[in-house]
Amino acid sequence: MFLYIVRRIFQTIPVMIGVTLAVFLMMHLIPGDAAKIMAGENANPEQVEQMRENLGLNDPLYEQYFRFIGNAATGDLGNSIRTSRPVTQEIFDSRFWITVQLAIIGTALAVLFGLIAGIISATRKYSFADVSLMVIALFGLSMPNFWLGIMLIYLFSVNLGWLPVAGWGTWEHMILPAITLGTAGAAIIARMTRSSMLEVLDQDYIRTAYAKGVGDKLVIYKHGLRNALIPVVTVVGLQFGSLLGGAVVTETVFAVNGLGRLIIDSIRAHDFPMVQGTILVCAVLFVVVNTIVDISYRLLNKRVDLN
Amino acid sequence: MDHQPQIETMAVNPARPENSRALRWKSFYKKLAKNKAALAGAFIILVFALLAIFAPLIAPHNPSTFDLPNKLQPPSSDNWLGTDDKGRDILSRILYGSRISLVVGILSTILGALVGIILGIVSGYYGKWVDTLIMRICDVLLAFPGILLALAIVSVLGASTTNVIIAVAFYAIPTFARIVRGSTLTVKKLEYIDAIKAMGARDTRIIFRHILPNIMSPIIVQSTLYIASAIITASALSFLGMGTKPPTPEWGTMLAQGRSYVAQAPHLTIFPGLVILLVVVGFNLFGDGLRDALDPRSKK
Amino acid sequence: MNLTKEDKILEVKNLCTSFFTDEGEVKAVDGVDLSIEKGKTLGIVGESGSGKSITSLSILRLLQEPAGRIKEGEVIFKGEDLVKKTKKQMREIRGNNISMIFQEPMTSLNPTLTCGEQIAESIRIHQKLNKKKAWAKAVDMLKLVGIPSPEKRAKQYPFELSGGMRQRVMIAISLACNPELLIADEPTTALDVTIQAQILELIKNLQKELGTSLMIITHDLGVVAEMCDKVAVMYCGKVVEYADVKTIFTNPKHPYTIGLLNSVPKHDEDVEGDLSIIPGSVPNPFHLPEGCRFAPRCPHAKEICLTKLPHLEETFDGDKVRCWIHSEEWEKQGKAVNAHE
Repeated sequence: MFLYIVRRIFQTIPVMIGVTLAVFLMMHLIPGDAAKIMAGENANPEQVEQMRENLGLNDPLYEQYFRFIGNAATGDLGNSIRTSRPVTQEIFDSRFWITVQLAIIGTALAVLFGLIAGIISATRKYSFADVSLMVIALFGLSMPNFWLGIMLIYLFSVNLGWLPVAGWGTWEHMILPAITLGTAGAAIIARMTRSSMLEVLDQDYIRTAYAKGVGDKLVIYKHGLRNALIPVVTVVGLQFGSLLGGAVVTETVFAVNGLGRLIIDSIRAHDFPMVQGTILVCAVLFVVVNTIVDISYRLLNKRVDLN
Repeated sequence: MDHQPQIETMAVNPARPENSRALRWKSFYKKLAKNKAALAGAFIILVFALLAIFAPLIAPHNPSTFDLPNKLQPPSSDNWLGTDDKGRDILSRILYGSRISLVVGILSTILGALVGIILGIVSGYYGKWVDTLIMRICDVLLAFPGILLALAIVSVLGASTTNVIIAVAFYAIPTFARIVRGSTLTVKKLEYIDAIKAMGARDTRIIFRHILPNIMSPIIVQSTLYIASAIITASALSFLGMGTKPPTPEWGTMLAQGRSYVAQAPHLTIFPGLVILLVVVGFNLFGDGLRDALDPRSKK
Repeated sequence: MNLTKEDKILEVKNLCTSFFTDEGEVKAVDGVDLSIEKGKTLGIVGESGSGKSITSLSILRLLQEPAGRIKEGEVIFKGEDLVKKTKKQMREIRGNNISMIFQEPMTSLNPTLTCGEQIAESIRIHQKLNKKKAWAKAVDMLKLVGIPSPEKRAKQYPFELSGGMRQRVMIAISLACNPELLIADEPTTALDVTIQAQILELIKNLQKELGTSLMIITHDLGVVAEMCDKVAVMYCGKVVEYADVKTIFTNPKHPYTIGLLNSVPKHDEDVEGDLSIIPGSVPNPFHLPEGCRFAPRCPHAKEICLTKLPHLEETFDGDKVRCWIHSEEWEKQGKAVNAHE
């Protein structure tokens, strides 16, 4: 097991190298002169040259890349062009934590409601409850989350006045964004749990449990759910990632000052170091979370050990 | 039961191989036709396809004509779904918008699927370092969660409808490559592939004649489902101002513009969102139905 | 021999179990009568689809409802009809009074629970022992079924054990609460030949030791010869022959039984001749033949066989057979209809 964990962590190295390379190359793939774009339309040639010099764009590519990783490893992702503050400071002062908080609450909601709905559905196959839950899940999955966010604001903030329209700080601020962010995930987890549970309940060992005289509830929760959850765990990890992405949209709708808005604002302002830094941080976070999920999957599913 | 004596083993006789493909298609159609949800999905897709094609004929108004005195009007007999902040007819804009959403959704899926299929087959068929390289690239692409990859690409290329197609297609590549690689590996292991190889068939022939037809079902299912999420991603990009630019009628941009008026004129946001929901439900229903019908494991 | 009712631990009367699918009803078990005497072994033999497994699942009411349902009949266990029991009453019987071993040791054990936990579970449910005592009993059971270093094995997961070991664990689970009746559904089919003999030997010895009655379901006549006192041969949901094990092998009466016996290769005969094969295949369960269900494949079938279903009749030596050949009507019939030339 320990060996597996070490190997799994080592496996992330090529991905991390690829991610940094891709993020690094972003700036060089910009059609036209990146320095000119970043310096702004009204910049004179000296300013553009100064920008180029600051970003080190005159050095050979490989040298630039090694400097990029070297700096990134020490926590230096360059300075924002817009605010001139260090990128890492902009990210980690508060925005990163807000987005992570949002993603965690969203994931928790998605897991909670997804699991409950999936179990209810699977244990009452083809019942009214099952069909309604699966229709709701289909709609949850098919709904653009930015639209859901706007509709929630319209209903709960504008019409009913129960919750704040925008911003971040108190728990009341978190409710609507978390629902907005978690809905699609809940739908996916519900569908996944249902099908996994149905498959498991069809297995021979479930029949063995019944043959032992185990009651329905115990068969479903002890024998069924434990096995059904194994594939669901991987989905939860992937969901955290897409929630991280979904946060971009949600933060825009609810005017939450997280990483998502930072990316959008930075793209608009052609603040490339900022864009690079934020995307890099998100990708690394996602890789880390997925690695943790993979390891816990192993812990849950002891059978995989054989292979 | 015929009374002709046949000498056969007592076990249930295996399906004759020459019939199996025809039988499979027959049972596929039967299952699909029985699946009411899948038919509903197909119907929704068809209706939207027709609306998109005939939008200029059906649309009651010009989608781009400003009519400022008539702005933010609620639904009426003249403007069935009301007017937006510039007095444009929302129904007409939605109809024209379906063209962009469907084209972007379908084109990006085809583009991404094609590249993904090629990479997946090459990876699964040739294995070794090619496989490792392609799969590592896929890992890297998948490390950018959700819409972030598309945003990164748009931030480099600039915001436009074409770039949205490219950006959304990119995310499809690793998804398809992984599925196709898995299926290719399974098919490659079948004994008859070895037999064909032994008879001296060229790689391209094996790939196109034998492997590709055998892995089509997961590709078809995945494509249908991917179109659904592609439509959502594309409209999200436009909503964020990173996709199709206003004044082009597009559902995501309509939502972005209508947002500010949600208190006084909610119809600006309700209708375009409902339409996205409906189309995506259509593709998801149809995709789910295809999967059930193509899955050999689902007997009932 | 005359048996009083008390000697029978289980009596199945006119059991009918059907599956309801989109294409229609499948009468998987269609009027089966069986009984098992205390401490004795009954074998049920037949090909796949003959209804032998469904019979055993029906006895324990383990069918996948609502698709599969007992339509009529009685299952009398110790004088009480199991078909009429409530769900809760059935739970108290399962694993306690009657237990079952399944065919696939690979998939019949829960992959996420240790072997010990799986044995202890049924002990805790039925004997209300605490965790520690149940675990100790589970380890004892593993020892009883001949698993070396049982303390260590109890803590292992099923994937860590071989197929034969897993089937031993299954046996331990099923015998943990000293059941009066053990139903073994193809207990050795999925195992290697060498392991098969060991497992059969184990079941036989434990049966003797614990005095358990046994119902063994198999398609392997070797297993029948080795294990059983009585045998029921099933075909298409019906018992076609029901006899002592000796009679079945020395004087089989139903053409299907004869066919089955002839299709077993005999190692002691030095003949190069063909292995007999029963012509044709099992009829489509949705369209069963009107008369005798074996008639379309029977070399002796005559007109009456195709139109009228024979009853299960007792013959001179106590053997029960469902075939027209042994009736008085037979002589009045004309030529055989299936000419296999």
